[in-house]
Amino acid sequence: MKGMTSIIDYRAGNLRSVRRALLHLGVPCRITDKPLEILSSERVIFPGVGAAGKAMETIQSLGLDEVIREVVKSGTPFLGICLGAQIILDNSEEGDTDCLNLIPGRVRRFPASDLKIPHMGWNTMKITKGHPILHGIDEKAQFYFVHSYYAEPARDDDVIATTEYGIDFASIVGRGNIVATQFHLEKSGRQGLAILENFSKWDGRAG
Amino acid sequence: MLSKRIIVCLDVREGKTTKGIRFKGNVDIGDPVAMAKEYYEQGVDELVFYDITASSDDRKILIDVVDRVAQNIFIPFSVGGGVRDVSDMYRVLDAGAEKISVNTAAVLNPPLISEGAKFFGNQCIVLGMDAKGVDTSEAIPSGYEVWINGGRTPTGIDALAWAREAEDRGAGEICLNSIDTDGTNEGYELILTSLISGALSIPVIASGGAGRPEHVRDVFLEAGADAALIASMVHYGHYRVGQIKSYLSGEGIAVREVI
Repeated sequence: MKGMTSIIDYRAGNLRSVRRALLHLGVPCRITDKPLEILSSERVIFPGVGAAGKAMETIQSLGLDEVIREVVKSGTPFLGICLGAQIILDNSEEGDTDCLNLIPGRVRRFPASDLKIPHMGWNTMKITKGHPILHGIDEKAQFYFVHSYYAEPARDDDVIATTEYGIDFASIVGRGNIVATQFHLEKSGRQGLAILENFSKWDGRAG
Repeated sequence: MLSKRIIVCLDVREGKTTKGIRFKGNVDIGDPVAMAKEYYEQGVDELVFYDITASSDDRKILIDVVDRVAQNIFIPFSVGGGVRDVSDMYRVLDAGAEKISVNTAAVLNPPLISEGAKFFGNQCIVLGMDAKGVDTSEAIPSGYEVWINGGRTPTGIDALAWAREAEDRGAGEICLNSIDTDGTNEGYELILTSLISGALSIPVIASGGAGRPEHVRDVFLEAGADAALIASMVHYGHYRVGQIKSYLSGEGIAVREVI
């Protein structure tokens, strides 16, 4: 459906927050698990909080893994948020979970250190590769993170921004029509909304 | 680098904030939604709403407040007060809160923490704890006792032991309020905050006593808090959030600049 953004419903916790943020921006959207609705959308958002294993189980039981692959293949702009930025990789250390294989790489747990886990709160990012969804974003902007695992793409070329928390990890990953933020765009104030708004205008072509 | 968080706390009764709030400008005084928006604009990192009502009718009003706040502000916020079981938690989260704070209900029924963490994830469950300094004893080796019912009832439970238990049960954060310093405007309880923060691997929010930006600096630099709860210093219009952050930034503390 033209102009419609589908938020994939796999019973994750932050679906309604993402919808509220989109509605605030005036972007028509719906929360749905129906393959036809998802496949006919102009854009697709894949949010998530919680554990990778449970999420993958739900996605598979609803048959959404195939739908997501189809969306990505069709070139539709696809945005992952938080857990949605992790399970697009091959595998997660969280419960040794096989993921969606959309971007090569794996999801790792923060190494044990003096730092508190989860990485919770506001942090900056360093943009390593320009991307249309980052248009107009201030380099000092901070974003809201809550996570114990992080994406580690196999290819540096799939990393769009990094964030420092003991280590430098990929806080935005992307390839082709897929882009995904580890931080919660829907809870990151004006700058988070600005990225969401950029996504809502993006045609799915990187660069 | 991860920023230290500034969290503003709003006490809500019958759908209105209870402290006499004196905002400059055209903010509806006492309307928690308008106040939430004001602090969001000022650049607060997070908000907490404490429901200090008792009746179930009022609770429905609070859910409506949560829902309206969620439509207007896009930063994390938590809700505490009157959350007794997982279905209460669900209602608050479904209305748009990011986290739930449990206090008395968790002391009376500790599995509530693990149940909440299992259903909604650890990051959703904040243990609120009111602690008061006492003489050290066999039962209370840390010298800090947990009080419940809004700081009215002592429990005989050691604050440090309870904080550790809450972490083990899956709490994602602890909001640590000192009864001794609460409302004094003379600074946080640094020894208590340092004790709990140093012993846990989950973030600790310091609460109780903030009156000046220096107090916030001290609780970050000297007591290792991850976040600081403030109320009257901003509610009464003495400071704006941005002012406090500029001061902290000048003191070398990483905070989120408001853009």
